Amino acid sequence: MTGRVHHRPRIVAICEKVRETPLVTTLRWKDSTKAKPGQYVMVWVPGVDEIPMSLCDTGDLKGIAVHAKGEATAALVKLRKGDRMGIRGPYGHGFRHKMGKCLIVAGGTGIACLAPLVEKLARRWPRPSVVIGAKTKSELLFVERMRRSGAEVLVTTDDGSAGRKGFATDAAYELLNRNRYAAVYSCGPEKMMRITASLAQCQSAPVQLSLERYMKCGIGICDSCAMGGLHICIEGPVLDSRRVVGLPDFGVFRRDACGRKEKI
Amino acid sequence: MADLTVDVAGLRLENPFILASGVWGETGETLARALRAGAGAVVTKSIGPEPRAGYANPTVVEVPGGLINAMGLPNPGIDAYAEEVEAALKPGKPVIGSIFGADAGEFTTLARRMEKLGVNALELNLSCPHAKGYGAQLGQDPDVTKRITAAVKAAVGIPVLVKLTPNVASIPAIGKAAEEGGADAVCAINTLKGMAIDLDLFRPVLSHGTGGYSGPGVKPVGLACVWELFEAVKIPIIGMGGISTGGDAAEYMLAGASALQVGTAVYKKRDRTFRDLCRELDRFLSARRYRSPRALIGKAHGGPA
Repeated sequence: MTGRVHHRPRIVAICEKVRETPLVTTLRWKDSTKAKPGQYVMVWVPGVDEIPMSLCDTGDLKGIAVHAKGEATAALVKLRKGDRMGIRGPYGHGFRHKMGKCLIVAGGTGIACLAPLVEKLARRWPRPSVVIGAKTKSELLFVERMRRSGAEVLVTTDDGSAGRKGFATDAAYELLNRNRYAAVYSCGPEKMMRITASLAQCQSAPVQLSLERYMKCGIGICDSCAMGGLHICIEGPVLDSRRVVGLPDFGVFRRDACGRKEKI
Repeated sequence: MADLTVDVAGLRLENPFILASGVWGETGETLARALRAGAGAVVTKSIGPEPRAGYANPTVVEVPGGLINAMGLPNPGIDAYAEEVEAALKPGKPVIGSIFGADAGEFTTLARRMEKLGVNALELNLSCPHAKGYGAQLGQDPDVTKRITAAVKAAVGIPVLVKLTPNVASIPAIGKAAEEGGADAVCAINTLKGMAIDLDLFRPVLSHGTGGYSGPGVKPVGLACVWELFEAVKIPIIGMGGISTGGDAAEYMLAGASALQVGTAVYKKRDRTFRDLCRELDRFLSARRYRSPRALIGKAHGGPA
């Protein structure tokens, strides 16, 4: 039996490795597969694990921004230039473009999947507003990259060590009071995304959220990433906030590798 | 329009298509989604006594003809699964609880718990091809199959289905053992043991090495198993293995299946899977002036046309 097989890792070599912050390292590889901002790939570290990672670069040079917080991500950041890994995808729904001025609200490493979107949006007028929030200065990611794109960038830190002291949602609140937005895009902690979605409601601007759940198959069959009957792996990871905010899971719990609920 | 209703092992199904275990079954809400999308019934993920994470990824890889998976029986454990069963029962259609244990004692404990949760039938996983000490390692032995089936039957009042592995020298011998143990039906087939090797890295793609092959590529094997079982046992057979069209369904029923399970096809057609299968089977039957798929069961074995 023959036929084209899509869901099988293709082996790529890392051609660029950049330490962005003490916690985050970017890995890049040459890959001309078509991808949209917001989509993710399944990254196989042979002998360790295969995990979903949103693309932070969607051109012919693909990239992922890796925060070493688990076994697989720790193994990923140890890989060196020239080392090989497996890639499946790109998978899932990316961000849908809207005409007009857009607001981007990113928390922590959430800016990774939003960065290629900002770069696309910043090529036209009016420039998008981008809020990048982090706990502290050293954890701020892609601030220079976003400034270079031409977007209007606002930085917040919880401790005030850089930019404004406060949460990304505080800055988003002010921007939403000052400007009219055609669309709002957000990725970060779910509590932050929930607040962003409710703030944007008064402007009736559509809000697109990028969600994260435990994933195994990536092709909508194993149900590991299910959230209220939705499969984040293929119906997400980017979803309209109207489909998400009503789900009892959102901002409350996620499931572990066994399928058990755990508090967020 | 044909009437697609079938009765199997005491269950009345509005159509013969049952969502197979392992697909969409970790959460009750997704099982409910499958029922609302037209499945006649659903089988839960195989549930064990304790939470189990399963194997590391990659756990699934596509190959020509289907998928190979080695999930490693991930499940939240029977206690945590209670609320999932509750959600799956909401659409009001049959829910079949799949369980796996290491011995007859574990199986009966799980069977009683599942029955209490309100499932309409049980499916004993004696056929998972890639979990040490479970599944096929028990179900390849006719005596063990008979003993576990009999123990579960004695413990519960709901119908008991036994899911069989094709990875044996003689599937009819195992089917007969399940029948002697009192099974209300047998399900065939679970996945075929298989593997895929990466040609760049010289290593298996799946973290577990081998896994279970499913999808259109295994249909001829499944059909032959159902065919042989039909000649060997009197209890109904629930056929599965690569069903993705109404024609596949009809073939399985002609070989002897009274109802069918569908798993791998869901990754391509998702919510359309069951309604498309029903429409295609209906078209097949109507074109031949059959009013019910029941008329097909075992017909290829040479009864009056």
